[in-house]
Amino acid sequence: MYGNLVLRPDEIPNWGKKIEEEDPEKLAEFEARIARGEKIEPWDWMPFEYRRQLIRMIEQHAHSEIIGALPEGTWITRAPNFRRKLALMAKVQDEVGHAQLLYSAAETLGKSREAMINDLLSGKSKYSNIFNYPAKTWADTAIIAWLVDAGAIINQTTNSKGSYGPYVRALERICWEESFHLKYGYDSVVYLATGTPKQRAMLQDALNRWWRPIMHFFGPPDTQSVHTEKLVRWKVKLATNDEMRQQFLDMYVPKIWELGLTIPDPILHKDPETGRWVYSDPNWEEFWQVINGKGPCNAERLAVRRFAEANGRWVREALKSPQARYVMPLA
Amino acid sequence: MLETLEILLLSLADDDLILGHRHAEWIGLGPILEEDIAFASIGQDEIGHAQAYYQLLTDLGLPTPDEYAFKRPAERFRCAHLVELPNTDYDYAQALMRHFLYDAAEQVRLQALRQSRYEPLAGLAERLLREEKYHWLHARTWVEKLGHSTEEAYLRLKSAYHLLWPYAWLLFEELPQEAAMVEAGWLPPNAELRSRWLELITPILAGIGFEVGPPASEVLLPLQGARHGLRSPHFEALLAEMTEVSASEPEAEW
Repeated sequence: MYGNLVLRPDEIPNWGKKIEEEDPEKLAEFEARIARGEKIEPWDWMPFEYRRQLIRMIEQHAHSEIIGALPEGTWITRAPNFRRKLALMAKVQDEVGHAQLLYSAAETLGKSREAMINDLLSGKSKYSNIFNYPAKTWADTAIIAWLVDAGAIINQTTNSKGSYGPYVRALERICWEESFHLKYGYDSVVYLATGTPKQRAMLQDALNRWWRPIMHFFGPPDTQSVHTEKLVRWKVKLATNDEMRQQFLDMYVPKIWELGLTIPDPILHKDPETGRWVYSDPNWEEFWQVINGKGPCNAERLAVRRFAEANGRWVREALKSPQARYVMPLA
Repeated sequence: MLETLEILLLSLADDDLILGHRHAEWIGLGPILEEDIAFASIGQDEIGHAQAYYQLLTDLGLPTPDEYAFKRPAERFRCAHLVELPNTDYDYAQALMRHFLYDAAEQVRLQALRQSRYEPLAGLAERLLREEKYHWLHARTWVEKLGHSTEEAYLRLKSAYHLLWPYAWLLFEELPQEAAMVEAGWLPPNAELRSRWLELITPILAGIGFEVGPPASEVLLPLQGARHGLRSPHFEALLAEMTEVSASEPEAEW
């Protein structure tokens, strides 16, 4: 019903094919195009494995945006003044807008928004672990807007160099908007860091609680993460999890220290010889537990989405109703 | 006259402030993503409009927008009870119908205020109408669309309409010191504005089969007094939430 489904699975001849079953000539041509830096568009031939991986990735990204709107959204009412409130509303609205863009991009690969939402609600498809942690105080919203959005920018800027046209274009626009979220987050953090002792304590407490999920944000270490060389060649995966994590630490640890905050990792430092950050094990066991549904807020987040889905069903049915008369907008 | 002007501007501002907060509660809970975005965007506009009205008072040496919105006791608010009603059960039909009835009222109010002899207000009304045009377009399109769709949608809209109608009627309750405002040429009498509002919405509501007429006086009587500072039972909890952070450290900057 959302209009971006270019082809349905039954209209895609190689739907479900394994890579070794694909037409070798077409595959070679496809890989040559990517090697030349061309973008793949929805109507182009692509191996099913490429399609499958991209659907999985874009869909997870879209789910993360709508679930991510929940912990911050609950702070709009409590935002302490007009300036912060209006900025936070704009930010959360942007995040839902990103979900809309991303679902549209994923739909062009042959999976409908309804099917993606169903897979989110059944737990079949994942979203970023970080949104399974609670935003307990106002300072949490500041840390999220600054550091979680900073992580997202690193991840998304990397992916925006990818090969699938609709995803790349969506990411370029998303990064543009995220850069404003980061400015808003940093400004809020600075006010708390330079504020009253109570505000400072609130900020430090938020950083203490969010540090581990932020370290998890880029995914498991490369030693535990399976990424085939093929996904790199197809420009689906453009940097490893550890590379992105290192980039984040490089950019943000000095800024955090500059504000006089303490990062809750006593061994965190940059090794002068390797130029790489050394950090404590952020408890990858916890990461796997949360991804498998045992985080502090998994049940609550999905319950909210299930409620919204069930509660709004009559509206979607009404929109699809054959009796519905087209109403001409007035402008 | 400053006190009279404050009554007028607070009534306008408080309506927008509180409804903006209610709209924002739809983030993450809309029936389709596009409606989460629309309600967030409209709510953001409304809160911005409230800030602009308060600023007209600040310009005259009265409190700042933040003080008006987040440091004022409940009984000094002047919003209509329509905007205070909570999003019970997140019924989209109620949210939509409230949005429709309210934004129709905004159209009428702001069109009239463009002619206000209080020039800062006339200029502001002109500016706000540019955004309000899209609120009205959104509300009207959805009401007409759902009103002609399934039986369930029709019945839900109708029950929302019956619930909200007396509250919407009282958006035009006479303001304290209204005679002086009318005398000064700041705005037409609210009774006059209500007639214009009825002219605007009656054909649309009649088009989907809803009857339009004045609510019974025994229904209206217990709901009156909002413009005088009488708050509905829903207001206290909302205000407590709105001020939770700012009140936790009153002297701090955020």
